[in-house]
Amino acid sequence: MSTEEKKPTNPIEPLLRMERMPHIWCPGCGIGTTVNCFARALEDTKTDLDKTALVSGIGCTGRVAGYLKLDSFHTTHGRPIPFATGLKLANPKLNVVVYSGDGDLFAIGGNHFIHAARRNIDILVICVNNYTYGMTGGQLTPTTPYSAIASTAPYGNFEKTFNLPYLAESCGAAFVARWTSYHVRQTAKCMAEALGKKGFRFIEIISPCPTLYQRRNKLGDGLAFMKYLKENSVRKDDAQTKDVGLDFQGEITVGKFVDREMPTFLDDMNRRLSETMGDKYEKYEGIKTKI
Amino acid sequence: MTNKMITADPKGVLTGSHYLDGDHACCEGALAAGCRFVAGYPITPSTEVVERFSARCPQVGGMFIQMEDEIASSIAIYGGVWAGAKAMTVTSGPGFSLMMEHIGLGVMLETPCVFVNVQRGGPSTGLPTLPGQADMMQARWGSHGDYEIIALSPNSPQEAFDLTIEAFNLSEQYRVPVMMMLDECVGHMTEKVIIPKAEEIKIYPRRFTKAKPGEYLPYKPGPDMVPDLVKVGDGHRFHITGLTHDERGYPVMNHICQDQLVRRLMDKINKNADKITHLEEDGTEGAECVVVSYGITSRIAARAIDMARAEGLKVGHIQCKVVWPFPAKRILELVPKVKSFVMPEMNMGQVVLELERIVKGQAQVSLVPHAGGMVHEPEVILQAIKQSLK
Repeated sequence: MSTEEKKPTNPIEPLLRMERMPHIWCPGCGIGTTVNCFARALEDTKTDLDKTALVSGIGCTGRVAGYLKLDSFHTTHGRPIPFATGLKLANPKLNVVVYSGDGDLFAIGGNHFIHAARRNIDILVICVNNYTYGMTGGQLTPTTPYSAIASTAPYGNFEKTFNLPYLAESCGAAFVARWTSYHVRQTAKCMAEALGKKGFRFIEIISPCPTLYQRRNKLGDGLAFMKYLKENSVRKDDAQTKDVGLDFQGEITVGKFVDREMPTFLDDMNRRLSETMGDKYEKYEGIKTKI
Repeated sequence: MTNKMITADPKGVLTGSHYLDGDHACCEGALAAGCRFVAGYPITPSTEVVERFSARCPQVGGMFIQMEDEIASSIAIYGGVWAGAKAMTVTSGPGFSLMMEHIGLGVMLETPCVFVNVQRGGPSTGLPTLPGQADMMQARWGSHGDYEIIALSPNSPQEAFDLTIEAFNLSEQYRVPVMMMLDECVGHMTEKVIIPKAEEIKIYPRRFTKAKPGEYLPYKPGPDMVPDLVKVGDGHRFHITGLTHDERGYPVMNHICQDQLVRRLMDKINKNADKITHLEEDGTEGAECVVVSYGITSRIAARAIDMARAEGLKVGHIQCKVVWPFPAKRILELVPKVKSFVMPEMNMGQVVLELERIVKGQAQVSLVPHAGGMVHEPEVILQAIKQSLK
């Protein structure tokens, strides 16, 4: 028997920039769990990692791009979707994934989400929704549930809350799902499925923020929130997205809500230009001009 | 190491003699330079640039997307660049203001690209259909933090074509967003534009790394302080961030890394300023007064100088085709030889501040301001020349 001590390793280490560990996320935070799911989804689908680009905005989830060993971009607050749009349209052969938080994607970046979904840009958008701006200290976001305390809503939130799957579907997304960071297997499976599809795909992952959201709302630690996610999540794949809005500590509808095939922006562009320009048009498959 | 120039891809070069406005000529310049990716948002008086590109791009294998706003446009082009294309965005006053954060990101990520600003009167909505030159300091300083930028300003549709190619070449050579500062007057004036043959157009090719995957450091500078580029999908698995970063592109939050990075970003422009400078001089040798101008104002200045010379005055002219970096070296050569500098600008005094800073009171510096909406009357500039020589 070998006396050499085996160091425990994480099976997804080859996908991580280990030289950047430890990461910045707090104990009990769910973002790292979702990254684990994503790495497994990439492995399970045998996605060509050299042809996969990851784009993040700013915030705690915005740091994901910095930890995955892919061509990865940490951009500006709210703008990962237009950056990703540029990548995908210039080189449609790339798999382009946007990975960011609820504040980044739906407050400052909300307009870009709407239009990328409307155009059916062929990208996967993963939103870790922890109901708060973690990086800046726990302020109100468009997804903070009614009555929840935030540092900028010290008397409790009185704004209406965004129902993200409903928004995504109504803007034209091809694939819409929601899971939580408790549901690691389901999340990884859902990500794998979405990686294999075309069009604008959106996955919301409800995730704990023990340091800033839970502490202020007296909801216990990371584990307590995991228990809440476990006990209150109800899978309804056929749910109408209009019915899946979230309340403070209420039931969470999870599952795959939308899965539809629709022509992407590039499909539409190629079809239209072929129709109007005829033989003069050469199908666009990316920019080939030598630079 | 600087790259060898190559010739333009003939597919994008509309060789021949044309009758074009400055906006259209700017678009053709971009196509000739190899630009195949444009993201834009409509705004007067720059819209014609993207209108033409939207018509031309399916003929040349390009991509045009009208984004939801200028913020999106100004970052979509970075996606295009990192995917391996040459890219530009186009706007005017209010749209330029919206793009400021991404000019800083472009500087930080060292992303070669071109921002076209067809200037109109401001502030705010100002004069959408009338000219101004009041965004010159915004072009230089508009994004937060310390950085240096390159900005060019054409005075005719022909220059709009020629300088757009130059803007792309400079952006590739120094890996910085380059500002093409037209104004409504140049954008909308129609003149003869000669587009040469593709083999006569010199292009600075993108300097892609020769490093193998695993060896590439995105921000390891070459001897010219400029790092080599890659594109997504080549297997380098690189990371880049708008945070202060080291040569690996990884965030480093301390003053030492900040100092190294910010100094290099500024030095790569400042220390190459003489190479970047592009001036057109007329009668500066033996002149007692030198008029310094840029953009459309240089044409009014030329008229005023003719009038002054007819009266026997010794007046020279420097037209700055590259405004930033400002041609400090050439101005300093002239300082001991002249009595005065006169600077007409279609603003209340912006670039003249740089001229005053360089001249340091060793010669008279006279601003001829104009709030915009109309070019100067040549007589006003003539008056300033005469006054400065009294």
